[in-house]
Amino acid sequence: MVCDSWKTKLDTYLDRELPDEEMRAFDAHMRGCASCSADALARVQLKRAIRVAGKRFAPSAEFRRRMQEKIAPKPQRNFRLLWVLAASALAIVVAGALTANYVRGRSARDHVFSEIADLHVATLASSSPVDVVSTDRHTVKPWFQGKIPFAFDLPELQNSGFTLLGGRMTYLGQTPGAHLIYELRKHRISVFVFPEGALPGLGSGENKDLSFSMETWSQGGLRYFVIGDANAGDIDSLAKLFKGGV
Amino acid sequence: MGAQSDAFEELAMPLFDQLYNFAHWLTQNRDEAEDLVQETYVKALKGFSSFQLGTNFRAWMYRILRNTFLTSRTGLKATAMVTLETEEEGPELAVEKENPETILLKSSSSQMVESAIDGLPVHFREILLLCEVEEMSYQEIAETLSIPIGTVMSRLSRARKALRDGLRLQEQKG
Repeated sequence: MVCDSWKTKLDTYLDRELPDEEMRAFDAHMRGCASCSADALARVQLKRAIRVAGKRFAPSAEFRRRMQEKIAPKPQRNFRLLWVLAASALAIVVAGALTANYVRGRSARDHVFSEIADLHVATLASSSPVDVVSTDRHTVKPWFQGKIPFAFDLPELQNSGFTLLGGRMTYLGQTPGAHLIYELRKHRISVFVFPEGALPGLGSGENKDLSFSMETWSQGGLRYFVIGDANAGDIDSLAKLFKGGV
Repeated sequence: MGAQSDAFEELAMPLFDQLYNFAHWLTQNRDEAEDLVQETYVKALKGFSSFQLGTNFRAWMYRILRNTFLTSRTGLKATAMVTLETEEEGPELAVEKENPETILLKSSSSQMVESAIDGLPVHFREILLLCEVEEMSYQEIAETLSIPIGTVMSRLSRARKALRDGLRLQEQKG
């Protein structure tokens, strides 16, 4: 089988442990090979599942306190210290509540980012990645009318280096959205647009996961994600075009 | 001693949660995990003067924890039945012939994955956790487990295959 030599190294590739040159060759192969892309997607999902399942055990607060005392024994407590400890305990309770809130938020955010990465990979692995095939934004934008419950603008790409390849409808959870695919020097980049109300609290910023660069932001009541294997600067350039074009 | 224990605390306590998690996966028991972590920290503090600042502290801590586990009663029992077969020969990795669809996971299978990890022999469990959960590089794993990088690659490959086999078995059982 033609792909045997690639598949032998697939896990090493996904662990990002191949030499740079082989990583680049692998990236190029993945873009053109549906079989390897599908295999990679399955393995990425398994890696994520292991990561989630593997963080199963947490030490008790009591054990942490015991260890802390063992490592760095503090001087004898006095009355004043009790006040300090009481204040610290209160701070820990407050910090714990805030941390729990943050962790819940972060976990939801990681989940959304994972879903977006999966949608991107799954689409590129598909034999027909786009439903409307056109480089003309005035053809692609109207195609979404009546298919998604919001409207959005597509930026002018002249002299930017990016080429619009087309678009398709997509779903994140139960929320319908638009998925646009762009090309830049043979890198395929996905832009996802969803109503912000369905994905609250994601904030803005960049994310780097599994050799993908991702940028997300909220604008005009819509949540945008730009993701691809191009470098972070290219992802940011496309994001800026959208930010300026909205 | 005070300055040294402060420096140790500063480096070691941020690793506390993850070391405990790793210890619990190795021992599969809360009390034993606590004992293992405690012994690890005590040993590490005692030996901290021999630790070279600037080298990999995380790998050093994990190595102490793992070596402590391997010489414990549970560790000796867990490793007594394990044969590493031909894996030490090098990074020859088998090509997976299975259909990728068969290893796609259902969204509700976190418990199945936990149970499949639990069912792995300890040398597979530890390397999989170091790679996927602790996100260690192959070099760090090699340092932690005191094995060559080629062995890291081949053992990791076998661990993943064993996990997929375990998951498939669970799915078949329904």
